[in-house]
Amino acid sequence: MTAKEFQSLYKSQLGAAASYKRTRAPEAEPFWTGCEAGELKLPWCLACHNPHFYPRSFCPHCGHHELEWKNATGQGKIYSFAVVEAPIEKAFAELLPYVVVIVELEEGVRILSHLMESDVDKVYCGQSVRVQFTHMPGEISTAVFIVADGSS
Amino acid sequence: MNPTTACIVGVGESDDFGSTPNHSALALQSQASWNALRDAGLERSDIDGLITQTGGRMAAINFAEYFGIMPNFVESTFVGGASNVAHIDIAAAAINAGICNTVLVSYGTTPRQGEYVTMVPEYADDFERPFGVCFPVGLYALCLQRHIYQYGTKPEQYAKLVVESRRWAALNSRATRKDSITVADVLASPSIVSPLRRLDACLVSDAGGAFVVTSLERARDLKQKPVAFLGAGHAYSHRSIAQKDDITVTGAVESSNRAFNRAGIGLDDIDVFQIYDAFSGQLMVMLEDIGLCAKGDGGPFVESTDFGPGGQIALNTSGGGLSYLHPGMFGMFLVIEAVRQLRGECGQRQVPDAETALVHGNGGVYFSEVTAILRAIGG
Repeated sequence: MTAKEFQSLYKSQLGAAASYKRTRAPEAEPFWTGCEAGELKLPWCLACHNPHFYPRSFCPHCGHHELEWKNATGQGKIYSFAVVEAPIEKAFAELLPYVVVIVELEEGVRILSHLMESDVDKVYCGQSVRVQFTHMPGEISTAVFIVADGSS
Repeated sequence: MNPTTACIVGVGESDDFGSTPNHSALALQSQASWNALRDAGLERSDIDGLITQTGGRMAAINFAEYFGIMPNFVESTFVGGASNVAHIDIAAAAINAGICNTVLVSYGTTPRQGEYVTMVPEYADDFERPFGVCFPVGLYALCLQRHIYQYGTKPEQYAKLVVESRRWAALNSRATRKDSITVADVLASPSIVSPLRRLDACLVSDAGGAFVVTSLERARDLKQKPVAFLGAGHAYSHRSIAQKDDITVTGAVESSNRAFNRAGIGLDDIDVFQIYDAFSGQLMVMLEDIGLCAKGDGGPFVESTDFGPGGQIALNTSGGGLSYLHPGMFGMFLVIEAVRQLRGECGQRQVPDAETALVHGNGGVYFSEVTAILRAIGG
C-alpha cells in the first residue's frame, strides 16, 4: 500500500469512526469550519496576543474576552505519541495499529490528534509534522497530521 | 500533628465480586454497605450522612432509597478513581461542621456486565474522542511515552510493579490474580496501546465497597479499633491531557505535600502505602510524585526497590488494582485495605507494626489526585 493509499483508507476509516457527535459549542465553530475549508484556525487574544486551544469564550491566559481567529502555519512537533495496537475502540479496528499524538504547534499550543503514519516504529517525540484535513461530507472534518518532509 | 477529629470505624466489601451477572451495581453496593455497618457495629438508623458517586444520576438519593436510609446530608463528588479518597475528607468536614455525625461512604459498579461510567460527550471531548484515544489507557500511554523520552525509562522497569502486586495477591485469598509471574511475562504480553501491555493494565471487576466515618467521640464506643483520619490533600489539574503543560508530572506532588502538611507528618512516618494502580507505569509516576524518589528516577527506583511482602516499601498489600480487583474506581479499596492494615487484620499479608498509612487516589488520567493519611489509634 502506498502512502497515498494508506492515507485514503485512513481518512475513510476515520470518517466512519467519527460518528461521535460533537457538542457543537459555538465558541469552537470557527475551528470546525476552518477544518472544512482546509485551514487550521486558532483563537488569539487581542490583549495579551497569545493563542490558545481548545477554543474558549475568553482568553484562558489573561481573561480578556476579545479574540480573533487566525490561521496557524500547520507545522509542529510531536510532544508525545501512543500506538494503539488492540481493538479497544471497535470503530477504529481496521486502522490498527494507529498513532495518537499530542502535537505542539509552532504557535505554542498543543492539539491532540492522529498521525497518519503506517510505519509506527519510525515515530518519535520531537518529530516534525504538518497538518492535513479530513474532508468527508456529512462527517466530522478535523485536523490530523502527517510526518513533515525530511523528518521520517 | 493535627488533632484527630474523624475516624473510619467500619469497612466492607461486597461478598461477590469479579464477574457478577446475578447482582446489580446497587446490590453490590448494598452488600458492601451492610458489611461495613456490621463491621462497625452500627445500624442503618445510625447513618445520618451518605456519600456516594455511584447509584444513578442522583447517585446519593438513589442509593439512600435503595438501601433504606434517610440521611440529612448527602454528597456525590465524582472525580474518578480518587472519589472515595476525597470522600473521607468531605465526610470529616461535614462531621466537623456539625451537619451530621456518622457518614456512610459507599460505591458499587458492574463494568463486567457492560455497564461502565456513562461517557456523555462534554465540550472537551470534541477534541479527543474523534481520534480513538482509548480512554483511559491511550492517554496514560501518551504520558508514559513522554516519560520514556524525557527520562530514559524502560518498560521492564515499571513491569516489575506488576510482579510485586502478584506477590502480595498470593497472600490474599480473595485476590483475582495470584499466579506468580516475571518481568519477562509482562513484556511478553500483547501490546494494548504502546508503551503499555496487557499485563501492565489493571483488572476489570464488578465490586462494591463501603466505609463508615464518624467523630472520634462516637468512635470510642464502637466495636472496632478506630482509624484516625489525619488529613488529606487534593489537586485537580486538568481534564484533557493535551492541556497539561508537562504530562510526566501529576498533581500527586501537590496533593501529597498538602496531605503531609495537614497531617503534620512526613513521608518517613508512613508504614504502608496504598497507591492507585490502574497501570504499572502510572503507579511508577505516582511513586515519584509522592516523593519516594526524584522526578524521572521512577524506573531505576522501581528496579532497585523491593515493594513486595517483607520488602523495603509495603505497597498495595491487597494486590492492588493490578492483581486484587479493579472495578473502575479503585480508590474505595485502597481505603479499605489501609484500614485493615492499621487494624492488624491482614493475616499473611499483614505489615508488622503498621501504624500510619498513606492512601493515594488517582482519577481520570491524572485529572484528580487525592492523598489521605490514616493512623491507628492505640489500644
